[in-house]
Amino acid sequence: MVGGGGMGGGLLENANPLIYERSGERPVTAGEEDEQVPDSIDAREIFDLIRSINDPEHPLTLEELNVVEQVRVQVSDPESTVAVAFTPTIPHCSMATLIGLSIKVKLLRSLPQRFKLDVHITPGTHASEHAVNKQLADKERVAAALENTHLLEVVNQCLSARS
Amino acid sequence: MKDSLVLLGRILAHPDSRCWFLAWNPAGTLLASCGGDRSVRIWGREGDSWICKSVLCEGHQRTVRKVAWSPCGNYLASASFDATTCIWKKNDDFECVTTLEGHENEVKSVAWAPSGNLLATCSRDKSVWVWEVDEEDEYECVSVLNSHTQDVKHVVWHPSQELLASASYDDTVKLYREEEDDWVCCATLEGHESTVWSLAFDPSGQRLASCSDDRTVRIWQQYLPGNEQGVACSGSDPSWKCICTLSGFHSRTIYDVAWCQLTGALATACGDDAIRVFEEDPGSDLQQPTFSVTAHVPQAHSQDVNCVAWNPKERGLLASCSDDGELAFWKYQPSEGL
Repeated sequence: MVGGGGMGGGLLENANPLIYERSGERPVTAGEEDEQVPDSIDAREIFDLIRSINDPEHPLTLEELNVVEQVRVQVSDPESTVAVAFTPTIPHCSMATLIGLSIKVKLLRSLPQRFKLDVHITPGTHASEHAVNKQLADKERVAAALENTHLLEVVNQCLSARS
Repeated sequence: MKDSLVLLGRILAHPDSRCWFLAWNPAGTLLASCGGDRSVRIWGREGDSWICKSVLCEGHQRTVRKVAWSPCGNYLASASFDATTCIWKKNDDFECVTTLEGHENEVKSVAWAPSGNLLATCSRDKSVWVWEVDEEDEYECVSVLNSHTQDVKHVVWHPSQELLASASYDDTVKLYREEEDDWVCCATLEGHESTVWSLAFDPSGQRLASCSDDRTVRIWQQYLPGNEQGVACSGSDPSWKCICTLSGFHSRTIYDVAWCQLTGALATACGDDAIRVFEEDPGSDLQQPTFSVTAHVPQAHSQDVNCVAWNPKERGLLASCSDDGELAFWKYQPSEGL
């Protein structure tokens, strides 16, 4: 499901991206430490799961490139819905589907299965916004893509902790 | 209203995996399920419970997306993301007798024609293939149809004629028939605003239901040339017109639609975890019918419902399956005076 352009070295599509400052660690509140208090999933928790995902091209995280932002995460714990909008660094980024897939896989692996996930491009920020969103929303194509060992390896690299 | 669909039982059919699809054999005695664990399982009733009779795990290298029984009930076809379709022969156990190859990538659906002499498959490679079956269990591809511009999600045959329908990621439904030794696309049904996931003919074959990522079900009716209603047809081909759209009922993608061949009730499987049943209102206009919800189970499964299948012999017996790997059996009993 991912186009091949830009993969495997060669010229970077966006050689000098703007780099943004990382947010600090989330302060732990007394309520969160109290085991008796139900701890619902919120936007910061989702953001913490995805902010450290590696960009497929640059040695930077999606947070550092401003591809993901906490304000673009919508969560409703009672309704079991999570929506994440991500912003490719340039409107013709051929990595958009791969980035979206990495966010989706990270959330699928981390969240309780009751959650309905919607991962899409921030409106107006990509030339193929509709096509990418449609692919990411199609769970059959996502399932088939994740059975492709090469693609799964690329996704896992995006999700691995940088040494 | 909820009481009109009563849970009979639940089985973890494909543990730690998705259960993608279900198919009843023509006698209604066996149910085949398939899933992300690359297996096909055969379920049979013993007393009040459903027992796994066979596990078919040797055929496929990747997800098994759909299964279909031959009209005689002696063969089962399985379509897989590994780009092949296996044909299994039922004796004491199931034996893979043929593997159909040719699609470039994931096979998404397989269906047997009512005669049992033809089989159709479709794939992400955008094509629909028609296969001819001879007495020696040999399969020959007789046509490759490239009418869709995207991934083909589902194929289904008309209940009595050699008319084939396909649903696609290109938001359309297409119909095909044989013409002078080849197969041709004879109609394109446009109206859905996103991927069409599944299709079902009504018992008469004059209506076709389609369900979509656009969260609607559309009902299309066949109009023959020279029809009284004045619906235009091109040449001798019938025309298919959307006569009803069920919108506002589903809150996420509708993955499957099933039209009960015994009762005419229409069931849907939805990504909002719910199962719904619709029936045509008594006395509604045949050219502009209206349908009402007669059953709605909001949390039918703990995740997306992928498939609904009516038993072909026992009225009101419905099976469903889900991303949570479970298979459930339901009894549909519409209450009087709805």
